Amino acid sequence: MSEVAADQVYTVARRSVVRTIRQPANVVFPLVFPLLLLAVNSGGLNAATKLPGFPADTYIAFALAIPFIQGALFATMNAGTDLARDIQTGFLNRLALTPIRGIALLAGQLGGIAVMGVVQAVVYLVVGLIVGVRLESGPAGALVLLAFAVLISIGFGALGAFAALRTGSGEAVQSLFPVFFVFLFLSSMAMPRNLIEIDWFRAVATANPVSYLIECIRSLIITGWDGQALGLGFGIAIAVTIVAVLLASRAMRTRLARS
Amino acid sequence: MHDRHGIEARGLVRVFKKGPRAVDGIDLDVSPGEIYGFLGPNGAGKSTTVHMLVTLLPPTEGVARVAGFDVVKEGPQVRGAIGAALQEAALDPLLTGREHLRLQTTLHGLPRSVRETRSQELLERVGLADAADRKVRTYSGGMKRRLDLALALVHSPSILFLDEPTTGLDIQSRLALWDEVERLAKQDGVTVFLTTQYLEEADALADRVGIIDHGHIVAEGTPAALKAQVGRPTVEVVPADESERERAAEILGRLGDPCAGSSDAVAVRLRSGEADLAEIVRALDAEGLRVQQLQLHQPTLDDVFLAKTGRSLEGAGDEEQEAEEREPALEPA
Repeated sequence: MSEVAADQVYTVARRSVVRTIRQPANVVFPLVFPLLLLAVNSGGLNAATKLPGFPADTYIAFALAIPFIQGALFATMNAGTDLARDIQTGFLNRLALTPIRGIALLAGQLGGIAVMGVVQAVVYLVVGLIVGVRLESGPAGALVLLAFAVLISIGFGALGAFAALRTGSGEAVQSLFPVFFVFLFLSSMAMPRNLIEIDWFRAVATANPVSYLIECIRSLIITGWDGQALGLGFGIAIAVTIVAVLLASRAMRTRLARS
Repeated sequence: MHDRHGIEARGLVRVFKKGPRAVDGIDLDVSPGEIYGFLGPNGAGKSTTVHMLVTLLPPTEGVARVAGFDVVKEGPQVRGAIGAALQEAALDPLLTGREHLRLQTTLHGLPRSVRETRSQELLERVGLADAADRKVRTYSGGMKRRLDLALALVHSPSILFLDEPTTGLDIQSRLALWDEVERLAKQDGVTVFLTTQYLEEADALADRVGIIDHGHIVAEGTPAALKAQVGRPTVEVVPADESERERAAEILGRLGDPCAGSSDAVAVRLRSGEADLAEIVRALDAEGLRVQQLQLHQPTLDDVFLAKTGRSLEGAGDEEQEAEEREPALEPA
């Protein structure tokens, strides 16, 4: 990447971060809401740890993986909505009239989302450590977890950007949110798949890629180094990210529609 | 900074999906350093034309060269040579004026060493130096438009596109922007392509005016030449006593040709131009006809529009605007 292009990507990413920070609701909600849900679920479902074969000593250690996914969803929905607003206000046209390439513009947007993804992941991790969760994979596992958080932020962010670029509507982007949440609730979020007794739910959770994203994070927290969980998690996250980035960059090209 | 080319277009057409021919075969020739006013009601095709000329929208048919570059084949070169402030100042309310300029100078690839100085220079030029570090959401409409103009100028473009730059502004902000545009063209030699629905704006600023209606250019020339095409000035007289209308008509008829005027007035088009006005006053006085009101009307660009389209420009956009709102904007065919 040339120095000018790197500078452009950095500047767009910086704007993305700055505007997020200046909308307190976009910072506080993705941080606080997943932690609140974690607190409520951990309080109510701690008895589940007594089930034979439950993989963790405390439910909070088991459930700490969930905020990483929820936070990434919140943040990326907000980023998608911001991009849709740029389209509606004509700000994207302003950027399109500069020499920046569409892919650099998208990279900048996703860069900003990734930065916010790291900040959120650090907060969740620190809160987890404060309430007594021990990271079985150690400090190296924390770094892998942060890398995974960046990856899913970019993947989900690219999906949000794709929706924004295709529709140009913040409402359309927001309407994706419940869909993502259905995927989340129909995953192994609340219970390990082998302990889900309802057959159809277990089948859906097994087929649901979100289960493997959660299990990847969860393995680093409660298991240590689980090659299969990491392989599946990273594999799915990379595949989703590649597909989403390709879709988003194509949509960006169409949206800019400049010659 | 300024090359020798302006704007040329031949047979430019833009058709929207399931929609009308928003731009229907227009030809343009704008010389370097000229201020060209593109006048027309809402929905006439002004913004669509600008979007094609700035490379944001490919033409359905026709060719256009801006700053010597083809808008379809040489988009990046066109964008490098032009600045544009499109309809409704497109700004981020959460960023400050200075942050907008930092973003714009970086995206235009200005060297790091000159970004700050260029930004400060432009902020001062548009009178926003004191408000530079305030978020744009605190700016007035006029301040936003001025920042918009500064952003369009960061890379010293030779051609500037301004799409309805003063719509919604108060008269003071409008005059300040006119001054700046005039300065850019006259002092810096920037070619300005300005769309407007305000007659007085085109009249005051433009060296030449193109009047667009339903995607066609219906008239083009200097404001003076266009008005001269419509004809000589008219005089309207309202007699103090309504029963003297016929006598007033007879007196006025000696110096002018009867024409349509307001309902209670007698109107004539002066045969020898405004020089006849004094003669009319003398004749009315000599005949002892008492006058309640006497008005001289110079032809306006609205008269030109009326003559060319059969409608008045004021309000002509309403029906077209409604049609445009039914049609999704910028949806490619």
